[in-house]
Amino acid sequence: MNQLYDYKLPPYARALGMNVDGEEDGVPIITMPFGDNVIGRPGFLHGGAMAGLLEIAAMACLYAALDKRGQKYSVKQVNVTVDFMRGGANHMSYAIGKVNRLGRQLANVEAEIWQEDRERIICAAQMHYMVKIEE
Amino acid sequence: MSNTQPAPPSWFPKDGKFDVKVIQKGFNSYGHTKFLGMDYADSGDDWLELCLDWREELVADEQSGIMASAAIISLLDNATSLAIFKKMGTFKPQATMDMRVDYLRASPRGARVYGRGECYKLTSRIAFMRGIAHNGDRDDPIAHVTGTFIQTSLSQFMTGMAK
Repeated sequence: MNQLYDYKLPPYARALGMNVDGEEDGVPIITMPFGDNVIGRPGFLHGGAMAGLLEIAAMACLYAALDKRGQKYSVKQVNVTVDFMRGGANHMSYAIGKVNRLGRQLANVEAEIWQEDRERIICAAQMHYMVKIEE
Repeated sequence: MSNTQPAPPSWFPKDGKFDVKVIQKGFNSYGHTKFLGMDYADSGDDWLELCLDWREELVADEQSGIMASAAIISLLDNATSLAIFKKMGTFKPQATMDMRVDYLRASPRGARVYGRGECYKLTSRIAFMRGIAHNGDRDDPIAHVTGTFIQTSLSQFMTGMAK
């Protein structure tokens, strides 16, 4: 049920226009178009919408990593730290996650967002997830 | 060129004078805040509380109906940001620098979420804030947040952080 890679994005992600669009080194890239539902201060992305994109990208990469283990699992987020580095302008946003460590019960994951320039990160986050392997 | 800078919206406070309910109404009239649908709940000298109703569109896990954790980040971002204006007693453009959210428990299907933000320290450029999200009982929080905001100029506010 949790497989996000092939997946149907959750209602929250679909409402903000997110999509799975390609991959980088086997990790799904999530896109989010600029639009009314994601604007914060006039002309720029809301910080919460960027955090939302990062969380979906982090979950997508975590599920992709868990899928490789071939086990059933459930995941619960413990916390997130988000760094807002640049304003998100009127462009398509791209996000990707990275699993830094996947243990028996804990996953350390990070994610980042860029727009026109892959090297110019506008927002990044680190998350911890509890992972429970189902027998 | 400077003529590309958009004009401040009509609810934008003039001369730093502000009414926090008017600003919240302004925020709630467009964009992501309107999409989420945040309402003013309560406030004090250095804190402010907003609320957000559960609905299907905000769900992150269809099986459990749990609300997206990022919707709670948005709520706490807005509540803490407004709490800073309460503490300063004036409106100055600012940008969120960072936020950390600890998710203490899930917010259940159908439950209204309150986001309470407090500005506990102001320096000349940085505002330090903390807060919680809860379902109506502040002693049983859903999430705990800390973070910092940095003051920006009006032109940076309207054109993005120039870095």
